[in-house]
Amino acid sequence: MTELTWLIPLLPLIGFLILGIGNKYLTKSVASTIACATILGSFLIVLSILFPLINGTLANTTISYFDWINTGSVHLSFSFLLDPLSITMMTIITGVGFLIHVYSAGYMSHDEGMTRYFAFLNLFVFSMLLLVMGSNYIVLFAGWEGVGFCSYMLIGFWYKNQNYNDAAKKAFIMNRIGDLGFLLGMLLIFQTFGSLDYATVFTTTSSIESNSSVIIAITLLLFVGAMGKSAQIPLYTWLPDAMAGPTPVSALIHAATMVTAGIYMVVRSNVLFSLAPFTLEFIQIIGLATALFAATIGLVQNDIKKVLAYSTVSQLGYMFFALGLGAYSTALFHVLTHAFFKALLFLCAGSVIHAMSGEQDIRNMGGLAKKLPITFYTFLIATLAISGIPPFAGFFSKDEILAHAFEHSPLLWGLGLAGALMTTFYMFRLLFLTFFGSFRGTEHQKNHLHESPLSMTIPLMVLAVLSTIGGFIGIPEVMGGGNWLKKFISPVLGGTAEVHTLSHETEWLLMGLSVGAVLLVIAIAYIIYVSKKTVPLTEGVETSVAQKTLYHKYYIDEIYDTIVVKPSYLLSNMLHQLVESKLIDGFVNGMGTAVNKTSAAIRFVQDGSISYYLFAMVVGIIMLLFFNTVI
Amino acid sequence: MNQLTELFAPNLNNYIILCSILFTIGVVGVLIRKNIIIIFMSVELMLNAINLLLTAFSVHHGDSSGQVFVFFIMAVAAAEITVGLAILVMIYRNTGSVSIDSLRNLKW
Repeated sequence: MTELTWLIPLLPLIGFLILGIGNKYLTKSVASTIACATILGSFLIVLSILFPLINGTLANTTISYFDWINTGSVHLSFSFLLDPLSITMMTIITGVGFLIHVYSAGYMSHDEGMTRYFAFLNLFVFSMLLLVMGSNYIVLFAGWEGVGFCSYMLIGFWYKNQNYNDAAKKAFIMNRIGDLGFLLGMLLIFQTFGSLDYATVFTTTSSIESNSSVIIAITLLLFVGAMGKSAQIPLYTWLPDAMAGPTPVSALIHAATMVTAGIYMVVRSNVLFSLAPFTLEFIQIIGLATALFAATIGLVQNDIKKVLAYSTVSQLGYMFFALGLGAYSTALFHVLTHAFFKALLFLCAGSVIHAMSGEQDIRNMGGLAKKLPITFYTFLIATLAISGIPPFAGFFSKDEILAHAFEHSPLLWGLGLAGALMTTFYMFRLLFLTFFGSFRGTEHQKNHLHESPLSMTIPLMVLAVLSTIGGFIGIPEVMGGGNWLKKFISPVLGGTAEVHTLSHETEWLLMGLSVGAVLLVIAIAYIIYVSKKTVPLTEGVETSVAQKTLYHKYYIDEIYDTIVVKPSYLLSNMLHQLVESKLIDGFVNGMGTAVNKTSAAIRFVQDGSISYYLFAMVVGIIMLLFFNTVI
Repeated sequence: MNQLTELFAPNLNNYIILCSILFTIGVVGVLIRKNIIIIFMSVELMLNAINLLLTAFSVHHGDSSGQVFVFFIMAVAAAEITVGLAILVMIYRNTGSVSIDSLRNLKW
């Protein structure tokens, strides 16, 4: 069953090599076929492992391939870990990844850089698989850096646009800040536990006291890494800018997979995090703050992808909120459902942008439901799913998070619900402005409107089905389900059982309340954007201070620019002018000048007279002998 | 008579003093003479001072390797003087002089 495991990451890597080397020689159709085929192959192998793992014929296994690092006290093997957690992630990555590859074949068909695009997409899938399959932190870190690199390459895919390059750089640098924290965390783990192997680290924690400073330091540093990768406050600003990349990239990397790497890492290290309640509190606060903060920004954005980007940041905040509550399996559940509906939302957005010839501003859209029926219905399903309407996928995962929050304190539940309601509002605002009412674009765009080709709509439909039924793997106990996912994952969460203490009546009440509130918000959005036909104002029109602040994303980018970017530029400039040009250049040039001047002065010593040379030689020898004997 | 025998007895100190004098004469000769042929002779003087010293030490220690070494030096010195004189002939043909100062164009 597991003989083919090594092929899972290797196939996309082979795809990358073929596409990368044959960049100039492969036709578009060949390139897309190779790319899709490799991912499909991986997906099938993943399935062949998934089912035995589910029905219990295959136990958790670690497969070791070779010794990677073997020096002194460090022994690390390059090995893969197959357990419920990694297989869940692998299924998401290869499954959703395959759909997005198929979609890309249609979406990118007009782009000349298609082979390059698929090469990096394959490399991304390879790195992401490495990240989740590794059985120690080093393999995870290798994948972690790999996905960051691919993200950089794909955000800046259209490299002729300087803004896109800047966005790519921003993403890369912000990720580096997080990576530094992660790296330090890893070093501290090694120092404390003497190993980076999951199995060793997680079984030697008994000597560590709960909330001791060492474990808090480790978990906080790891969380800094997660902050960068998963776009949490304060390192979230790269994600909205990352929308510069092609839309399928946003769907795969910046919604479904890469940004959930931080959550995967925390779930994987749950043993460590459970030992540090302080860190969990911190994660809880950061997660909730991010969820609310990003949601408020999402309320007023006018770019279809920006809304989805802030929605992603907000949903990631939700997942961290769940992690902070100690509900690891719930967070993973939300990762799963979010992967379905957010990928779907992005792909629908891509389909809309494709039909609108590159237009992304929802103020210029409207009434697209008739022209793009498949896109409309799938988008509707995804919106219902993200809003948490039963029985769509998002309902179950979001409800579980809220239930955990209520257990903790009703206040957290209230804040969580507020975030969910804002999510509902901006998603329906987006839906209504894009697909309802009348068309607001140019005549030219109107004539060009068309439903996307089958290669794009089929992935949409598959994802729509998954967004509808995806939640059924985690039906809570109160609804008669066994919460299958939680049971499946529980071996990984060894010991940290998440027990529901709420009575069934309370749970039903909470569900009813949240669904009722969500429906109310949908009605409000309907009245504002459909009945009253409100359209967001164009730039430059005076609005209230609050709205302006939101529209400008709380001026966070400007603030970062002022307190971080500009001072570093100033400092670099100063270092350049003072240290580099004056000190270092001065020293180096000074050496040259000094040698020049001295030799100009003493060259007259060499007057060509041999007897003089002989004299100098004899004096030299005498001095040598003298110093040799005296000193 | 006794004193005379003592004076000429193969005393190591005497040899060292003699060799030092010979060597110094050689060095000074190299330094102060202008004629290249004289300089060559001075060089030979230095070499032979060293040879004598080697032989003296060889006898003193009862080890013949010092004397073997002297033969090598003689052979090498013969080869060296051949080359040196050949160069000297060429210098004379080119400059019409055997003064050490006749060739001082290689400067600055």
